[in-house]
Amino acid sequence: MSEQEGIDIYRRRFLGNAAKASAGLALAPGIMLTELGHAKPADEAVTGQVRWGMLIDSNKCAEGCNDCVQACNDEHGLTGFDRPATDAQWIRKVKLKDRQTGHTQTLPLLCQHCEHPPCVDVCPTGASFKREDGIVLVDKHICIGCRYCMMACPYKARSFIHETLQDQMPYAPRGKGTVESCTFCVHRVDDDRTPACVEACTAENHNALVFGDMHDPSSQISQELERHSSQQIRADLQLNTGVRYRGI
Amino acid sequence: MINYGLKILLLGLLLGAAVPASAGGSLLPVIPEAQARVSETQGCVEPVDDMRKNHMEYILHQRDKTVHEGIRTQQHSLVECINCHVSDAPDAPRVSSEEHFCNSCHTYAAVKVDCFQCHADRPVSTAQKLSQPGGGESLLLSADRQPVSVTGDQAQ
Ligand code: SF4
Ligand code: SF4
Repeated sequence: MSEQEGIDIYRRRFLGNAAKASAGLALAPGIMLTELGHAKPADEAVTGQVRWGMLIDSNKCAEGCNDCVQACNDEHGLTGFDRPATDAQWIRKVKLKDRQTGHTQTLPLLCQHCEHPPCVDVCPTGASFKREDGIVLVDKHICIGCRYCMMACPYKARSFIHETLQDQMPYAPRGKGTVESCTFCVHRVDDDRTPACVEACTAENHNALVFGDMHDPSSQISQELERHSSQQIRADLQLNTGVRYRGI
Repeated sequence: MINYGLKILLLGLLLGAAVPASAGGSLLPVIPEAQARVSETQGCVEPVDDMRKNHMEYILHQRDKTVHEGIRTQQHSLVECINCHVSDAPDAPRVSSEEHFCNSCHTYAAVKVDCFQCHADRPVSTAQKLSQPGGGESLLLSADRQPVSVTGDQAQ
């Protein structure tokens, strides 16, 4: 490839992006994209007008299916070191059994993106924080690896990286000595896309996971939450979790 | 006579050894070419002199805005630096090599670069090829992300 061709491809990508972005802004006369979805311009900060949440229907969650976990691992380049006790787990399948009836069901458990996150309360450095839009993250530039947050989290949602890592994914920086947990695929969300686990579950037609803006009354998640009863795990802790469950 | 000839030979050997040392193992870093220019008149996302001195300030500032506020403009994004400055060829040098864009200068300046303990030292396209043999798009941001133009007003 000549140098000029390389430059042309690069420009085309730039211009292509620009053309699509401006086409997106005027979908139809009078309708702006920002009113339809959450397509936020890349240079705008997230706001508290949005609260991202996930609704998990345990009745639809198939026993034996691990697609959400696999999708998460692939997306973030989570690899194991054959040490199940400490290998990173951002989402895991949990099986519940009613001892009285013998009925079993499964559900994925992940960071619940609490409105009042204990992990943030205890973090001594400010590395654990909640974004304006409700996504709870670790700023690994600041994290000192003390793991207070892991102790504080009622859902065991966090993992500590014990090993030197290589070949991380460009959109999921991870490194030894820091704590991590589900990010709601923040890099996708900022790009107006769905988390990898939800995509995988939907692709298999299980449709157990719904992701969306809980502050937007017209979003699918808000409507389903309004229509059907749902639970927070450990609602007694009053953390107002961003992840809700049905059928448990 | 023999002694004199030997001396010449030795001198020749020494010089011969010295010449490649100063040419191949030059003290100046050999910096790999970027994949593209921002515009005809501007090479990098800021003037090159400025980038050489201040790139860490730009990406530090951007890092906080990205992690905490979700601002994902391309201009000062580390991911985009790597996308443009590191080849996605299978044998492209990794950051441990002095032939990697970042490490070429950092070795010269004797400044340790620790970004890549966590961040990918290879472009998105490489990670994508390696992780998605089927060519899925899960790593790439979709094409309708709004780009930030670095031409026009901001170009100098
Ligand atoms: S589930 Fe745990 S890690 Fe997630 S926000 Fe709540 S306390 Fe923090
Ligand atoms: S491990 Fe990191 S994120 Fe967790 S409490 Fe300690 S500094 Fe904060």
